Amino acid sequence: MPEPTPAVEMRSIFKHFGGVHAVEDMDLTLYPGEVLGLLGHNGAGKSTLIKILSGAYPRDGGEILIEGKSADIQTPRDAKAWGIETIYQNLALADNLATPANIFFGREITTRFGALDEAAMEHASIRVMKRLNPNFDNFHDAVSNLSGGQRQAVAIARTLQFNAKIIIMDEPTAALGPHETQMVADLIRNLKAEGIAIVMISHDLHDVFDLSDRITVMKNGRHVWTGDVDQVDKDDVLQMIILGRRPDGSYAPGILSENT
Amino acid sequence: MAVQESIGFSGGVRRLGTVLELDTRLLSMVGALIAIWIFFDLASGGLFLSPRNLWNLAVQTSVVALIATGMVLVIVSRGIDLSIGSLLAFLGILGGFIQTEVLPLEGPHSWWISILVMLAAGALFGGLQGVIIAFLSIPSFVVTLGGLMFWRAAGWLFTQGRTITPLDSTYSILGGGSIGEFWSWVVCAAGALIVVAFIFWKRNSRRQLGFPVKPIGVELVMILVWIGLIALFAQTMNAYNFPRSELGRGIPVPVLLLIIIASVMAYIANMTKFGRYIYGYGGNPEAAELSGVNTKRVVAGAFALIGMLTAVGAMISTARLNAAPLSIGQLLELQVIAAAVIGGTSLAGGVGTILGALIGALLMQSLQNGMVLIGVPSSPQQMVMAGVLIFAVWLDMIYQKKRR
Repeated sequence: MPEPTPAVEMRSIFKHFGGVHAVEDMDLTLYPGEVLGLLGHNGAGKSTLIKILSGAYPRDGGEILIEGKSADIQTPRDAKAWGIETIYQNLALADNLATPANIFFGREITTRFGALDEAAMEHASIRVMKRLNPNFDNFHDAVSNLSGGQRQAVAIARTLQFNAKIIIMDEPTAALGPHETQMVADLIRNLKAEGIAIVMISHDLHDVFDLSDRITVMKNGRHVWTGDVDQVDKDDVLQMIILGRRPDGSYAPGILSENT
Repeated sequence: MAVQESIGFSGGVRRLGTVLELDTRLLSMVGALIAIWIFFDLASGGLFLSPRNLWNLAVQTSVVALIATGMVLVIVSRGIDLSIGSLLAFLGILGGFIQTEVLPLEGPHSWWISILVMLAAGALFGGLQGVIIAFLSIPSFVVTLGGLMFWRAAGWLFTQGRTITPLDSTYSILGGGSIGEFWSWVVCAAGALIVVAFIFWKRNSRRQLGFPVKPIGVELVMILVWIGLIALFAQTMNAYNFPRSELGRGIPVPVLLLIIIASVMAYIANMTKFGRYIYGYGGNPEAAELSGVNTKRVVAGAFALIGMLTAVGAMISTARLNAAPLSIGQLLELQVIAAAVIGGTSLAGGVGTILGALIGALLMQSLQNGMVLIGVPSSPQQMVMAGVLIFAVWLDMIYQKKRR
């Protein structure tokens, strides 16, 4: 079977902050219509890696290919231009603005004369929020007055409104109750069915096994293992996360020397 | 269900407030202002609310109020500008220098060339401070504190401390002139037309997208209230006559400038991308950055804008005095910041309105003017103003807590 062109290919990515190597020689591949679970300890470099993909951090080395084409992503604006949308762990909402202003933040609809078209943005916001949470009708309050689930829905709506091809989710369910977690899980399945490629960071192994097609494990900023989620069980995954030991018993490069 | 929980009683009241577009906070400030006016009018035996005093009050308020509209945007974007008074002195001296030393005094082009140079220099030097703040990531408090020391000293270099006077007579109209009864009614009519057009344009754009609109009766009442206020204002300004004459002065030029600039600033704050980014950046700088907003340019832009407004303030102040002394605008930055803060601008960023700052400036100036009328010496005046500033912020904090 011929391999489809990956939606994202990150090759040999490096990133350091001062003397600290946050990400070293890291590879990541993401195919259209799949969910890739990105796993690792706190400080393993997951968030740094996805922030490189979303343009929040410029990379120090390596290459990013989007649908086979070399993408020079330096800023969040670049990433959005390549169809990459990101839902950050802290949601990155402007708390003092209302829902429509947040959904369109940075990409406002304007009238012919260059003024903000509030009515049009509210109209579109109502449509996109209906997909996520049919009961939501609080479009005029600042988002600081919304519940955790509602805020999450606003953050997700920001990605849906602009027809993302690639969605990055950093701990999408960490702040949510069971009902809302289920909602997000359903949403991820729907997005997947639409052919959108999703990278999901999660600490919840249950979520990862439930939603992911493949997983990539990181440790100490390096790649440990990538494979189908049904090739491994939770114990294997924990061994990779904690010890860096792959299912075949080998260790990832750069792991053993530091432990011994 | 979580969705239902958040829509409690207070949510309902707030929603009612949004539907009627009445801001309870703003209304309470207007209430305080009216109370102050009535108090001083009684205490001064009817002097305070005389057309003559109101005309003067309007002129006295204009400089602080118009710079405060810019200060709102600076503070909302988590900055502060301490250089206002000093920069105002520098720009005033620059303008005076050009009118009297570079170009011929009373030359036909001297007045407008000096105005353009002042506006450009205000935007340039304000923007320069903004660029240092945004691109070198130095706190605005420090950079503009430097500006506070720098600009007045730079003004000294122009004149070695000599006060430039007299200034161009056409230029002086900016400070003490007024537009007369006829043109005041023209401005009044134009203002009424803009209000009507704005309300119906908003109503129409909402209806086209199938949103509920307010009952037409409510809109008409709002329009009548606005037109009534505008007409009352024009009538009051016209009721103050020139000495030994039946001719009303009409709207003072500085107040006309304030009205125009405040309208433009309200438009910028509420209806442009730049304004939206200022507020969004103030609410969450990281979110603005991650949303692809060029946050550095936005911050620098806010400082360029307030620099330009400071230039307008410099024109009005020096034109009123018919002189550009080095001491002009001392402590003005603190008055401007106080006006913005009394008007509900939060120093934590993200919150503040242009209209609030205008009312804040008017409230402060009313207090000062009223105390002068009833013969309070200047030191107790300052002490009262200080108390009012702190009291207003305390009230605001209580209000914010309740909202949450």
